[in-house]
Amino acid sequence: MSRVIRANSPLYLSRKRRNAAVLAASATALALGLFWLAWILGTLLVEGGSALMRISLFTQMTPPPGSDGGLLNAIAGSVAMAGTGTLLGTPVGILAGTYLAEYGRRGWLASGTRFLNDVLLSAPSIVIGLFVYTIYVKQVGHFSGFAGSLALGLIVVPVVVRTTDDMLKLVPDTLREAAAALGCPAWKIITSVTYRAARAGILTGILLAVARISGETAPLLFTALNNQFWSANMNAPMANLPMVVFQFAMSPYEDWHRLAWGGAALITLAVLALNIIARSLFAKRA
Amino acid sequence: MDAAATAIRPKLQVRGLNFFYGNFLALKSVSVDIPEKQVTAFIGPSGCGKSTLLRTFNRMFALYPDQRAEGEVLMDGENLLTSKQDVSLIRARIGMVFQKPTPFPMSIYDNIAFGVRLHERMTRAQMDDRVEGALRKAAIWDEVKDKLGQSGTSLSGGQQQRLCIARAIAVRPEVLLLDEPTSALDPISTARIEELIHDLKNDFTIVIVTHNMQQAARVSDYTAYMYIGELIEFGETDTLFIKPKHKHTEEYITGRFG
Amino acid sequence: MSSVIVPADASIDKPSLADVSRGALPPQRGVSGAPWADAAFRHLTRFFALLVFGILAAILISLVYGSALSLKAFGFGFLVSGDWDPVKQEFGALVPIVGTLTTSAIAMAIGVPVSFGIAIFLTELSPVWLKRPLGTAIELLAAIPSIIYGMWGLFILAPLLQSYVQPLLIGTLGRVPGIGRLFEGPPMGIGMFTAGIILSIMVIPFITAVMRDVFELVPEMLKESAYALGSTTWEVMWNVVLPYTKVGVIGGIMLGLGRALGETMAVTFVIGNAHQLALSLMAPGNSIASALANEFTEAVGDLYYAALIELGLILFLITTIVLALAKFLLVRLTRLEGERT
Repeated sequence: MSRVIRANSPLYLSRKRRNAAVLAASATALALGLFWLAWILGTLLVEGGSALMRISLFTQMTPPPGSDGGLLNAIAGSVAMAGTGTLLGTPVGILAGTYLAEYGRRGWLASGTRFLNDVLLSAPSIVIGLFVYTIYVKQVGHFSGFAGSLALGLIVVPVVVRTTDDMLKLVPDTLREAAAALGCPAWKIITSVTYRAARAGILTGILLAVARISGETAPLLFTALNNQFWSANMNAPMANLPMVVFQFAMSPYEDWHRLAWGGAALITLAVLALNIIARSLFAKRA
Repeated sequence: MDAAATAIRPKLQVRGLNFFYGNFLALKSVSVDIPEKQVTAFIGPSGCGKSTLLRTFNRMFALYPDQRAEGEVLMDGENLLTSKQDVSLIRARIGMVFQKPTPFPMSIYDNIAFGVRLHERMTRAQMDDRVEGALRKAAIWDEVKDKLGQSGTSLSGGQQQRLCIARAIAVRPEVLLLDEPTSALDPISTARIEELIHDLKNDFTIVIVTHNMQQAARVSDYTAYMYIGELIEFGETDTLFIKPKHKHTEEYITGRFG
Repeated sequence: MSSVIVPADASIDKPSLADVSRGALPPQRGVSGAPWADAAFRHLTRFFALLVFGILAAILISLVYGSALSLKAFGFGFLVSGDWDPVKQEFGALVPIVGTLTTSAIAMAIGVPVSFGIAIFLTELSPVWLKRPLGTAIELLAAIPSIIYGMWGLFILAPLLQSYVQPLLIGTLGRVPGIGRLFEGPPMGIGMFTAGIILSIMVIPFITAVMRDVFELVPEMLKESAYALGSTTWEVMWNVVLPYTKVGVIGGIMLGLGRALGETMAVTFVIGNAHQLALSLMAPGNSIASALANEFTEAVGDLYYAALIELGLILFLITTIVLALAKFLLVRLTRLEGERT
């Protein structure tokens, strides 16, 4: 009942060809992806690198058109707003994530919140900016660094909720049971035992959130606006790197272009560094 | 280590086969002849290498980069391990059924037709015949003939496994490899498949790996006993179970260890 | 020194008075803090979980509220009107909506096959030691901030497209009757085509990640069954893996679509900010997000503002629906998986 299949039958050959073609295309796709990555990062390095070399970038303020300067006020503003935003969003995120992991294993509130949280996570950040504009900026009548922080904080929340939920769920129940067996009340188990066990993971989540908001421009467009000068006033428009890059890049001035590249390189370095630190932190605990 | 001389022509001949998982030597210089159109069973405790041996016959290990085989596996005189022939053509001649039923996510008809379409071009009528023939041979035609368009996953466990057998034989292989085919099934389904094996050996050379000694005694004509990568004994089933030549074989069969 | 009443069935380590005064006893039920602490903590965390619901609802409500003027003035006609005249105070969302959909469509048309190719490579072709570094490299594409994509697009990609690729496309495909209309016009470098390409690069890491995760859910034995019949790698992917994971794959594609629809900065840099409806992909246009980014801070007049906010509302609704659908599909796949295993 056996039958010898000829190796040069047309069906076999066309199958071989199709397989080879697809596998070649697949390798090409990968090469393409890596190529784009290398190209973009390389461009940043080349264009932004020279701008970063000049110390004036870090010591002078953003200049008026046509003249030279630095990015100090923008850097400071970004750090201030990212920091404030993180401070605002992290507690909300951690506590909500705690509810999901510790109290909401079943039930509609938990699964519904997880679902909506993931939707919020991927929502366009420009809409967040519009939201803060409508409920805050419009009400108080002016743009401010605080409004920017608020918008950034709103972006931090879903990220931290998600990672806190995931990390707390990883803590084995035996740990909780051991604490309970000693007579530890439920809330204390969470704060003293579970949080401590998931510490590295939660921190990773916060770092990832910071990385995410460091690169965000859209939420700041209608909240913090921008400021050409140094300002430590959170209640007034505040300079920040993304908006400076936006403004300077779209302008026709060479000096401004150079500073824009420097700012872009700075943002990318910060984001990548935060990502790497977060990953290695997580890997160490795992 | 026996390379038994059988009165029946060998379909597969294994000579000095060594198998490596990375640096670990899992099969140690195994040599055995698999007789044609008979049922040969491989038994032995967990980890003895029987499944590993089975998977060298159809070069299934080639999917995994750190697994390799040295030695000879001859089918009709040609060494399958070093053959220049494309592995997918080899696999058309040697079919395999796995431990758990694995129906593809498609209709029952397409499950059977899938393998055939890979290797042969047919009209719709010819394919219908081939599908029906395979399902009949696998003793499942009557149960599915009215629902060929339904998904393969809608069948019960035992039915799914017979579907997988039908799928394997539809391609008309020369050898059929069964890797613990009933270990996930209930006793009734197991009995039906054992009956099936008895019929199938008229058309195919069958090699079955089983951890169930009684099954080996029930279905096979020849049995090979393996232990930690070595072939300890090979012989006609009746002889091996009643009067094993090696003490080790006897100890396993009588349940001294498992 | 206070005295301690030890219950009659005292545990093995009987506390001594010295222990008590040192405060070295472990907390005992009802004694530590207050008995309402557990309930309070639970309510606290519950409140913040509800806040997530609240935020989404608040966004929706505030957007509706903020666009009220525009909703009243234009009604449903807003969606199909191509007007955008701040002077005459006539606004319509057609141009930005078309721009958003067009750029996203281009992004998916390029991004989905490329992501599929990369996912195939990562799961079936790549040597094991290479899988993690390659996966990480692709994920890095997602970490790059969108404003960087915008700058790179404007300064590097657009000139290149203008000099080489666009003239080529206009010269060849532009001459073909029918689809040629899509490739007409002068090569400007910026425009919807460029925006679509940049978006495709941005969505690739998201789609690839989901595809790779769901492909790895396919049981080994199922793939081996197909190989055992003599299938090639491609045949196994196309006939077994893809149908098995199709719910998850669609979910991943929709996730990518959701990101493409809402992307602001990368698109704003290169789309050209033109309120015109052109058939050609080479022409400049506008997306909802880029219109908002470019015009919001310059807008004068309540109606103008309201119209812009209504654009934001439309974007919010579209992306929320797409993302909710994506999430729903992905949850379904994991649940099906759980039932199978």
